[in-house]
Amino acid sequence: MITQNMNLFLIFLSAMIVNNILLIRFIALCSFFGISNSMEASVGMGLAVVFVMAMATTVSWLVYHYLLIPFGLLYLRTAAFILTIATFVQLEEMVIRKMFPPLYRSLGIYLPLIVTNCAVLAAAFLVIDYNLSFVKSLVYTLGVGCGYFFAIVMFAGIRERIILAPIPKSFEGYPIIFITASLMSLAFLGFKGLFGL
Amino acid sequence: MSTETISAQQAAKEASKAGLLRELTKGILRENPILIIMLGLCPALAVSGSAGDAFGMGMAFTVVMVCSNVVISLIRKIVPSQIRIPVFITVISTFVTIVDYALKAYLPLLSRSLGVFVPLIVVNCIVMGRAEGFASRNPVAASLMDGIGMSLGFTLIITLLGSIRELLGNGTVFGLAVMPAGYQPFLLFILPPGAFLVIGFLMAAQKKFFPKGGRQ
Repeated sequence: MITQNMNLFLIFLSAMIVNNILLIRFIALCSFFGISNSMEASVGMGLAVVFVMAMATTVSWLVYHYLLIPFGLLYLRTAAFILTIATFVQLEEMVIRKMFPPLYRSLGIYLPLIVTNCAVLAAAFLVIDYNLSFVKSLVYTLGVGCGYFFAIVMFAGIRERIILAPIPKSFEGYPIIFITASLMSLAFLGFKGLFGL
Repeated sequence: MSTETISAQQAAKEASKAGLLRELTKGILRENPILIIMLGLCPALAVSGSAGDAFGMGMAFTVVMVCSNVVISLIRKIVPSQIRIPVFITVISTFVTIVDYALKAYLPLLSRSLGVFVPLIVVNCIVMGRAEGFASRNPVAASLMDGIGMSLGFTLIITLLGSIRELLGNGTVFGLAVMPAGYQPFLLFILPPGAFLVIGFLMAAQKKFFPKGGRQ
């Protein structure tokens, strides 16, 4: 559990490893399984997620605390967040293309795909649910993003090896990949006792 | 009217009936959203720790899926195609908000255990995928059937997943003790790794016993 009283480093580690968004929380699995068949794509997607997530949570935190609460519009939370994120990704794509062409080339098509990546929306909801302050929200989000990057890149590495392994016919393709994910999730579960939580 | 045209009309009617039925049943196995199209995995794995939660998620999903499919199909001709995605998202998020608040008011316990996954139905790829891929190009009746079929397939698999995990991990199904009293619960199955394990085996079984349904 993450609370307002934890220090920044603990929040970061907890978000990144103990509550890993892919393997423990099961958020954003579509992209996890869809993209991890290529190492290069995984790195690209991972970077894009870290970047967009940090920006999007910042904006949605501000929207929530300075727009939705003062005007009593809490019931618009879901709609407001998803629209904020969609607009923001679009905007960000334009800015990056203009200002940082090399970064744009390496992120490529992954930027627009992120709108439908539930990790970004989930991070925005979670910092609100945990009632974190602005700085802690940002640190938490960075932790979540790094956890995503970490897990997807490791998994892509494993998948490159799986292709070469002899596997029973009916387990070929996705079934064996899920079972591999299960083992990885088990490893991450081992961190559960790290902070005596 | 001659008998020929009447029989032709009847045939057309029956054909469209069969078509509707096909839209309904395709989601259950042949195009099952989770096992075959591989969409909507996040909620399927995350809230299937117990059969009750899984079924609740299935129901919440059904409401959003069916309602948004129908509405999107109704407005499909007046929405300009450039802005269709934001419009679809707005429609979907309206229904998600309704479901979220209804759950909070009437089933607070379920709402708490589903947590962030109720608002996350907005970005559930199945809902968006069906809106974009089906409801935006098909008439209302077909979209309704498609929505019901997809929801049935989703609910079926997620409840099955929840039941298996609860049975192995806790010895119960829907909270009722099923296993004999001496059964030692295999805790792993209600923890996150169990979800991946069970869905892996379900997919392998589906591949072995219904090999025709594979993705193209």
